[in-house]
Amino acid sequence: MLDLTYEAPKPKVIAGAKHDWELVIGMEIHAQVASQAKLFSGASTKFGAEPNSNVSFVDAAMPGMLPVINEYCIEQAVRTGLGLKAQINLTSAFDRKNYFYPDLPQGYQISQLYHPLVGEGEVIVDMEPGVARLVRIERIHVEQDAGKSIHDMDPNMSFVDLNRTGVALMEIVSRPDIRGPEEAAAYVVKMRQILRYLGTCDGNMQNGNLRADVNVSICLPGQYEKYMETQDFGHLGTRCEIKNMNSMRFIQQAIDYEAKRQIAIVEAGGNVDQETRLYDPDKGETRSMRSKEEAHDYRYFPCPDLLPLEIEQGWVDDIAASLPELPDEKKARFVKIFGLSEYDASVLTAEVVNAAYFEEVVTAAGDGKLSANWVINELFGRLKKDDCDIADSPVSPTQLAGIIKLIKSDAISGKIAKDLFEIVYSEGGDPEQIVEDRGMKQVTDTGAIETAVDEIIAANPAQVEKAQQNPKLAGWFVGQVMKATGGKANPKAVNELVAAKLGL
Amino acid sequence: MTDLTKLKIAEARDALRKGDVTSAELTEACLSAIDKADALNAFVHKTPEIAREQAAAADARIKAGDAPALCGIPLGIKDLFCTKGVASQAASAILDGFKPEYESTVTSQLFDAGAVMLGKLNMDEFAMGSSNETSTYGNVINPWRRGNDDAALTPGGSSGGSASAVAADLCLGATGTDTGGSIRQPAAFTGITGIKPTYGRCSRWGIVAFASSLDQAGPMAKDVRDAAIMLQAMCGHDPKDSTSADLPVPDFEAMLTGDIKGKTIGIPREYHMDGMPAEIDALWAEGRKMLQDAGAKLVDISLPHTKYALPAYYVIAPAEASSNLARYDGVRYGHRAKLSHGDGITEMYEKTRAEGFGEEVKRRVMIGTYVLSAGFYDAYYNRARKVRTLIKKDFEDVFAQGVDAILTPATPSAAFGLGEMTEADPVQMYLNDVFTVTVNLAGLPGIAVPTGVDKQGLPLGLQLIGRPWEEGDLLNCAYALEQAAGFVAKPAKWW
Repeated sequence: MLDLTYEAPKPKVIAGAKHDWELVIGMEIHAQVASQAKLFSGASTKFGAEPNSNVSFVDAAMPGMLPVINEYCIEQAVRTGLGLKAQINLTSAFDRKNYFYPDLPQGYQISQLYHPLVGEGEVIVDMEPGVARLVRIERIHVEQDAGKSIHDMDPNMSFVDLNRTGVALMEIVSRPDIRGPEEAAAYVVKMRQILRYLGTCDGNMQNGNLRADVNVSICLPGQYEKYMETQDFGHLGTRCEIKNMNSMRFIQQAIDYEAKRQIAIVEAGGNVDQETRLYDPDKGETRSMRSKEEAHDYRYFPCPDLLPLEIEQGWVDDIAASLPELPDEKKARFVKIFGLSEYDASVLTAEVVNAAYFEEVVTAAGDGKLSANWVINELFGRLKKDDCDIADSPVSPTQLAGIIKLIKSDAISGKIAKDLFEIVYSEGGDPEQIVEDRGMKQVTDTGAIETAVDEIIAANPAQVEKAQQNPKLAGWFVGQVMKATGGKANPKAVNELVAAKLGL
Repeated sequence: MTDLTKLKIAEARDALRKGDVTSAELTEACLSAIDKADALNAFVHKTPEIAREQAAAADARIKAGDAPALCGIPLGIKDLFCTKGVASQAASAILDGFKPEYESTVTSQLFDAGAVMLGKLNMDEFAMGSSNETSTYGNVINPWRRGNDDAALTPGGSSGGSASAVAADLCLGATGTDTGGSIRQPAAFTGITGIKPTYGRCSRWGIVAFASSLDQAGPMAKDVRDAAIMLQAMCGHDPKDSTSADLPVPDFEAMLTGDIKGKTIGIPREYHMDGMPAEIDALWAEGRKMLQDAGAKLVDISLPHTKYALPAYYVIAPAEASSNLARYDGVRYGHRAKLSHGDGITEMYEKTRAEGFGEEVKRRVMIGTYVLSAGFYDAYYNRARKVRTLIKKDFEDVFAQGVDAILTPATPSAAFGLGEMTEADPVQMYLNDVFTVTVNLAGLPGIAVPTGVDKQGLPLGLQLIGRPWEEGDLLNCAYALEQAAGFVAKPAKWW
C-alpha cells in the first residue's frame, strides 16, 4: 500500500592490522512503561518525587506482601508489540530472577524469561532516504525495575531510593541485525519514535526512561551472511554486552571502542571473553563489570505468586484497532499524498506532535511542499532559536496556514511573508488582517509600478546609459523600485517593466 | 460454668448469644490459662490489651444482636500471620522487633467476624520443621505425655504452638498454616482437628511466605464443627492475592449432617509404608470400618507416584523458600548484624543472615539455592515440577473414577520426644510429612481428625483428602468419622 521502498545500508567495515572486520550488534532496550501505577503495586510512578515516597508495602518487600499484575501495563506492552508487528502470546508467565542488592528489596526481580508476552516482530531503521535496515525483534518481556542506590552522599554509608522499584519495564530484545554504530543509534532513535507514537513509553533518556544494553561482536566479511542463512551463531564472534547506555552519542562511541578492542584481541591471536562491560564516557573506553568468579547465577524459576498470564484475542484485537498511525506509514503517506521528499517527510514525522501540526497546516493551506518548507525551515528554526517545543509554539497551524495562503495567492512576497511570520510569532493576530492593516500587500498593479519605474529612470539618466550598455546593471533599477514601493511590488512585474522601459 | 476455656467454639457461640457468658469472661479465662501455661511455650507474644478491647467490642455487638459466628471467640494466631502493630516474626531472629503496619487478610477476616486475639503462637522458624524445635523462641511442649513418663514431647510442627494451645485449652481455636503438613501433623500429635483447605481458598496476603505455591492457612480446632466455623470466616476471594480463587464460600457448618451413605472412600495402597508402626495400621483399619459402618463404600485405589512426593516436595519447597527469604537482608527491617570497620554490603548480608536464620532455615535456603542453580535446574527443580504434575494427575484420576474422599493415616507415628530426632539425619524428620505433602503438591483440601490413642495414651489421627473446592463435603465426611470414633481424650494437666 503506502510502503516506501528502501535498500539495506552497507555494513560498517573496520580495517584491522591483518583483515577487514564487520560488526554485528544486537540490542536490549529497557523502556519504562508509561503508566500511573507500578507493575505489581498501586504505588505511583511519578518521576522526581521525594526519595522513598512512592513506595508501597509490596515495593518494600515487607513480609507476606504479594504482587498483583497491573492490567494497564500489560495493555501497554501488548500495544508496543502490535506497533512492532510482533506476535502477541496469549499465554505468558512471570519468572523470578534472583540476586542480592539493596535496591532490589525482594531479592529477586519479577521478569519473563521462559514465556514472554510478546514474540517476534520487526522494525525498519531509517538511515537516509531510500536506505533502511530491517531489524528483527526477538521478543518483548515485561519486568520490574529496581530502585536506586546512592553511594556518594556520605563517606561511610550508602542510601537507597525505592521510588523506581517495581516500575514496569518492557525489555525489547533485537536479533543481531544491526551492522554499525550509526545504525545502532538510529535503531534507538526509531524505537523511541515508535514508543512515543504509541504512547507506551515517554522515551526520556536523561531520566533513565529508555536505556539500552548493546551486544557487540566482530566477524570477517561474509560470515554474517552465513549466519543469516543458517541462524547459526557459530559463524559470528563472541559477543560482549555493554550495559545501561542512555545516550545515542555514547552508544556509538562505545561500539566503536569495543569493536576495535575485540579486533585487537583476535588479531593478536587471543579470544574475546563473553562478558558484561560498562562504558566510561570520560575515558572513552569499555571495562569489564565483573570477573567470571563473580558472575551471577540468577536461578530463574516461575514466580509462584502469580498465575500464568492469560489474555484474550478479542482484547488484543481491540488494542490493535485503537493503534495510531505509526511513523513508517505516516511518512509514506506524507510522501505520497502531499508530494513531500522522503527527507522532509522524515523530519516532519519524527515526533507525532510535529506531524499533527504539519497536517493541520497542509489541510488548511493546501500546498504540501510549501507547507513543509514553512514548518521545517521557518517554524522549527524559530522555535529552536527560542528553545521551544511545538506545543509552546506561539504560531498556531491556522495562523501559519494563513501566511502560506497569502503567499500562494500572490498577496505577499516570500520576503514580506518572513516579516509577517515574525509579527505573528511575536505579536499574534490574524495574518490576513495584519497584512491589510499594515499595508503589506504586494503591489501587482502594473500602473503603480510603472509610475515608480518611470520616476527612477527619469531621475537617473547616467545609470540608464550604463544599464543600456551593460544589461546586468538593470538590477539596480529593480532594487530602487522595490525600495520605493516598500518591498511590496511584485518582483516579477518590476523586472519585466524595467527591462521594457530600458529597451533591453 | 466451671471452666470456660474447655468450651468449644460452637458451644461458646451459643452461650454468648444466650447471654450465659460474655466474651470478656471467656477472654479473661483464656488469658489466665495462658499465663499459667508458660511451660508449654505456646504463646510467644501475648496481647491481653487487644484481647480485652476486642472482647468488649464483641460483647457490644452481641448485645446489639449483630453477632457473626466468631463474635467474642478468643483465638490464638500463628506467628506467621502479620498482625498490625503486634510482633510478627515467623519465630525467626531475623525478624527481630518486626511489627507490621498491616493486617493479614485471614486475620482481618477473623476480626471482622468478631474473633478476639489472645496473642501470637510459637511455630517452627519460617514454618520449616515438623517438631517445633526450630523456633527462635525455643521448643513448644506437647500437653500430652506418654503414660506416666514426664518426658517432653513434640506437638509437631510447624504449627506446634497452635496445636499445643488448642489441645491445652488455652484458646478455643487457632490459626495454622500448612505447606507440607504443618496443620495436619501437629493436629494429629495433639488430638485436635486441623484442615488445610484447597490451595487458593484462603488468601496468603500478609502471611509470611515459606513456599508460595504450597502455603495455605487453615484452622486448628477442638472438633470438626469448630474447624468448619473458623474456616468459613478465614476463606474467600482476595484480589490482593493473585492465586486466591474467586469462588463462593458455602456454609460449611450447615453441611455437617454426618450422612455419608453412598459416598465412595478411596484407600490408597501406596500409603501402606514399610516399617509403619502396627498401631498406625490398626488405626487406619478402624477408620475404614467406621466409614464403612456409616454407609460409605470403600475402594482400593492407586496413587502410583506417591513415593516421589517427598523428594519432589523437598526440592520445590526449599527452592521457593530460598527466593522468598531473600528479602530478609538486614536492609529495611528486622535484624541487622553489627558490622566491622571496612565491611561492605556483602559482609552485611552474610553476617545478618548467618546470625538471623537458624540451622534448618539455612539448610533449606542452601538446598533451594542449589536446586535452582545453573546446570542443576533441570535435574532437580524441573523434574520435581513434572513429578508434581503427575501426583496431581494421580488424584484427578481417582476423583474421576468417582472417589469422593481418600482416607490415610495423618502421621507415621504418635508424637515423639523433643530432641529425639535432632541428632538424626534431617531426612528422618522430613519423613513425618510422608502422608501429608502429596496433598499440598496437588493443592487439595486435607483434614486430620483424632480417632484413637496409642498404647501409651498418645493421640493418633487419620487424614481425609477431598476433591478440590469441596471442603464442605470433606468436613462432613470428617464429621462422620469423628462421630464414629468418639475421641474424647484430653491431656492430663501437668503444667
